[in-house]
Amino acid sequence: MPASNPSRLFLSGNEAVARAVWESGCKVAAAYPGTPSTEMLEVISTYPEIYSEWSVNEKVALEVAIGAAFAGSRAFCAMKHVGMNVASDALMTLTLTGVIGGLVIAIADDVGLSSSQNEQDSRFWGRFAHLPVFEPADSQEAYEMTKLAFDFSEQHQVPVILRMTTRINHVKGLVSVGTRAEHPNLGGFKKDPARWVMTPAGAGRRIPLMFERDVALAAAAEVSPLNSVESGRDRRVGFVASGPTYMHVKESFPDAPVLKLGFSCPVPVEKIRTFAATVDKLIVVEEVEPLVEKELKAAGIACHGKDLLPKQGELAPNVLRPAIAKLLGEPAPEHLAPPAPVFPRPPTMCVACPHLGVYYTLSQIKNITISGDIGCYTLGAGHPWNALDTTISMGASMGIALGLDKGRGEADKDKRILAVIGDSTFLHMGMQGLLDIVYNRGNVTVLLLDNRAVGMTGGQPDPGSGRDIHGEPAPRVDFAKLVEALGVKKERIHVVDPYQLPVLFKAIREEIKIPEVSVIITDQPCVLIDDYKKQKPYEVLDAKCTGCGNCIEVGCPAIHVVRREKAIKPSGKEVELQFVRIETSVCTGCGLCVQPCAPDAIVPADPSKPIRLVKH
Amino acid sequence: MPESNVTNILVVGIGGQGVMTATEILAEAAIALGHDVKKTEVAGMAQRGGVVSSHLRFGPKVLSPQIMPGTADLLVAFEAAEGLRWCHYLKPGGLVLMNTAQIVPPVVDLGLYDYPPDPIAEIRAKGYRIHAFDAMKIALELGDVRLGNTVMLGAMADHLPFPADVLLEAIVKRFRARKPQMVELNQKAFEAGRTAEKAAAHAKETETA
Ligand code: SF4
Ligand code: SF4
Repeated sequence: MPASNPSRLFLSGNEAVARAVWESGCKVAAAYPGTPSTEMLEVISTYPEIYSEWSVNEKVALEVAIGAAFAGSRAFCAMKHVGMNVASDALMTLTLTGVIGGLVIAIADDVGLSSSQNEQDSRFWGRFAHLPVFEPADSQEAYEMTKLAFDFSEQHQVPVILRMTTRINHVKGLVSVGTRAEHPNLGGFKKDPARWVMTPAGAGRRIPLMFERDVALAAAAEVSPLNSVESGRDRRVGFVASGPTYMHVKESFPDAPVLKLGFSCPVPVEKIRTFAATVDKLIVVEEVEPLVEKELKAAGIACHGKDLLPKQGELAPNVLRPAIAKLLGEPAPEHLAPPAPVFPRPPTMCVACPHLGVYYTLSQIKNITISGDIGCYTLGAGHPWNALDTTISMGASMGIALGLDKGRGEADKDKRILAVIGDSTFLHMGMQGLLDIVYNRGNVTVLLLDNRAVGMTGGQPDPGSGRDIHGEPAPRVDFAKLVEALGVKKERIHVVDPYQLPVLFKAIREEIKIPEVSVIITDQPCVLIDDYKKQKPYEVLDAKCTGCGNCIEVGCPAIHVVRREKAIKPSGKEVELQFVRIETSVCTGCGLCVQPCAPDAIVPADPSKPIRLVKH
Repeated sequence: MPESNVTNILVVGIGGQGVMTATEILAEAAIALGHDVKKTEVAGMAQRGGVVSSHLRFGPKVLSPQIMPGTADLLVAFEAAEGLRWCHYLKPGGLVLMNTAQIVPPVVDLGLYDYPPDPIAEIRAKGYRIHAFDAMKIALELGDVRLGNTVMLGAMADHLPFPADVLLEAIVKRFRARKPQMVELNQKAFEAGRTAEKAAAHAKETETA
């Protein structure tokens, strides 16, 4: 059996980028966690040669990387697509200053919406900010392009955007790797206010330089080996493809010519024009927006693209083949068996999640409007709580709540406005929103759910955790003091245990009545992190359970219905009784479901009985 | 059109069941044999009790990481309803290896949807072959529910284009490096899965004979 070559590793795109960042002699790396980008920094944090951090948001992460690059070191920052919306303020000026040390910005586009609030195409940032965009097609390329990007960045003194998508970030493939080479600091920070201080006058002088750079970048894209033509026997259609779509095209049409774009912004228009002349029909296959397609059309190059292919989601072979068959006038590929109708399995909150009690409580309160936020909190919009009325972007629950308050019409006159936010999201973007509520005297009750982690992405630490990226002790922010400093009155700040339902209920009920800003902080760790301590599990006594179903409303996934029965109430009304059991093997004994159970049917599990598992 | 010399294996289940680890071990076995390998999954919110599907493709050269519906050689389902959800990914007449344990999601407990009454029969009715057994029970009998994914790997062992030993070696290697005290137990789980699958296959044949 041939042994696998030790210099070939089986890496995801994220791991491959991290490896390349390390090999390139990078000194500083920063990010805010976000699917599908998170693992890049997680892996980088394991290399002792690189300073790495979880920043409070993507803008700060980019700023840290910019500072390091200004100081002459190689720097890296990673984010998911929506993170660049946050970081873009820094980006749009960075493009004028440029960099000294190589700076690579990896942006992970969640094509297919595996866990995001929108689907957006980060190649536009390249065009918007006049920056080069590299697009790897698999892990090997993610590795190679990251290394090239550092060199290119230094050569042109320009940050390089590495556009990845979920199918690059989270696909594992074999990667031939090398070793780390120390990269010297390029001479330290050199004072040069005309370049680093972007006053209007200074910026005005840098803009023409950016246009000059555009010309150089366009010329570089035309000749870059990252943009290569692969000839094919069947010239009826030729493809322009980048990123994962390149692999899908090769898989679907092995005989067709392909121009692969690895350096896709600026678009190498002339190279594509030459290629287009060699095929009958040109098809641009790009995931999400028709960016290249529009440039080609503007340059007078006839092509197909979004007239055939979806503007949403992945362009995998099952999408490509029927679309192109139609263009060629061929019958669509043979009909495949349709998927069976099976219940949906949407993500749920974890067993014993400290947010369960909060959403359960909110679902019991009438006449409120709740603005929600990004993260596990978004799950509160689902069953059984249905407790969120809006979710836009990270930190937005604050400002939207204020807007709901100030903009309310007659119909909402008596509604109470609540905003929900997590610790990490509050530090990311929520603080300023709360400050605005305070300053502008909004009537909003804020629920700050501090679970000491970025829960949704796997429990990464934040400044509320008391731990840094390496798990080492770090200063821990005091949320009660922080919100007080933002101007919330001390008597309007409550720290409550979210597992104590009556206390929580009382705090919310009282605060929503008071016509000013209140902050209720819940303080229990996310069940995914080490701070969470399991207790003995509970079980349901069959003989006592009345089938009222109150415990189900808590929404803990450890509670299952074993039997439904119809019953007639004394009033003559028909009700459905739901008899339950608790999955003792996963119950952590948090005690939440015990509280709404009137007949005390939920009791500590009898340790002498074997644990029950799923239904067999 | 697809490269016929690429093997497509789809492993499905629920977040937390070890679907991705099992596929990773399978990938390591394929790598040990010198294949080109790609593996992908949708796992963004998998930790939150959602569906996990892990695609593994290996052969001389693999391009797209995704298995197309209708082309999988083998579907390994760690949960009964998930077997039904994904069976259209199999090529016609393809084989499902199924853990019959049922993990009921909150939407079913809330009465918003029904759990399919007989996923096995439905899969058969669609013309696929299926070998089903209770892997969770076997794992528990061996003393640890987390052995379930090794049991499922054992079930796969005789349906791969390479000898079962190569897969067992990949498992042993992984545990030797991470949890040496678990090596022996995993070897047992692997053999138990292999035996259970054979029995399930046999039961199926006698039933149809
Ligand atoms: S990850 Fe943490 S915060 Fe998110 S649902 Fe699970 S317990 Fe709750
Ligand atoms: S005590 Fe109840 S709510 Fe808490 S983990 Fe156990 S079943 Fe879930």
